[in-house]
Amino acid sequence: MPKFKKNAKTSQDIPTSSLPDIIFMLLFFFMVTTVLRETEILVEQRIPRATQLRKLERKSLVSYIYVGKPRKAEFGTEPKIQVNDIFITPNELILFVQQERDKLSEVEKDQLTISMKVDEEAKMGIISDVQQQLREVNARKVMYAVVRRTDSDRF
Amino acid sequence: MAKKPRGLPQVNSSSMADIAFLLLIFFLVTTTIATDRGLTLVLPPKLDPNQPPPDITKNQRNIFKILVNSQDRILVEDEPFTDIPKLRGMVKEFVLNFGRPKEEDIQLFNSLPPSLRGLSMQTGESSDSPQEAVVSFKTDRGTSYDIYIQILDELQGAYYEIYGERVGISADEFRNLDQRNPADKAKYDAARENLPMNISIAEPSRIGG
Repeated sequence: MPKFKKNAKTSQDIPTSSLPDIIFMLLFFFMVTTVLRETEILVEQRIPRATQLRKLERKSLVSYIYVGKPRKAEFGTEPKIQVNDIFITPNELILFVQQERDKLSEVEKDQLTISMKVDEEAKMGIISDVQQQLREVNARKVMYAVVRRTDSDRF
Repeated sequence: MAKKPRGLPQVNSSSMADIAFLLLIFFLVTTTIATDRGLTLVLPPKLDPNQPPPDITKNQRNIFKILVNSQDRILVEDEPFTDIPKLRGMVKEFVLNFGRPKEEDIQLFNSLPPSLRGLSMQTGESSDSPQEAVVSFKTDRGTSYDIYIQILDELQGAYYEIYGERVGISADEFRNLDQRNPADKAKYDAARENLPMNISIAEPSRIGG
């Protein structure tokens, strides 16, 4: 037996007039914190975890290299190097770095940083090949992109 | 002529939420959250082909050797090793050993806070001074990248902890110092003075392909 009688006179509607405002707020949040995808990543990217992360100071000085197993089987199963939507061999990296340098102004040319996004299953062989080529063109500032590890997923 | 009574002019805004949702979903799909964080490293310069590679004149005691083979098995100072997180403490003790300090090293030692001085063993078998100490890290071509990152993380962590403690901040705060801010830059330079981060990453061996 109900203790309280339902009052039929009060309206049961939830006011939704502020809903657009809430959604717009969310929209602006995402527009500010995210960046547009520039390249379609063709390799698997399970980024390893680490703790000693440092932030890059200027994003305009960063060029990205992706290394990992191709997502599509037609490109094989061995890890490959991807820059700007295409796969390249280590030797072609020299050209890539020079092109990236040309985009920067004269004073910033030597500050180019290469961010390497490498799948955790890749082997050191291919990483070493990349690094040898980077030394060759004197692009020596390298960053290994990693994800912050929290204590809970430590080993 | 009598005016017709008009209702308040209203724009129907009930579909506004739908439009906003549509935009929101579009941005969620086409953007990524910026991840410009990672382990920074400066590669050594290219060797001059006209000159022979420099001879290694360092004493064995000044080199902390880490080897990883293609099976991801680790050898630290010629001993098998499995517990990667313990590496950080070992590196800190090695760097701050002060076995045979020179004049300026004694000055450096005296300038360190007591917590770092306490790590100094001053044994003859470990490094002479932080200037001389080198952490050598060599992998195989078959070593997995994950292990490489985990070990590099511990090595850099050891140095960052030393730097942080030296200027009285945590390793976390030290890493986040902003180089463009003069006060932070001064702190950063003070922490690194006479205490270089000597991590040498050797070219991988080719045994495990």
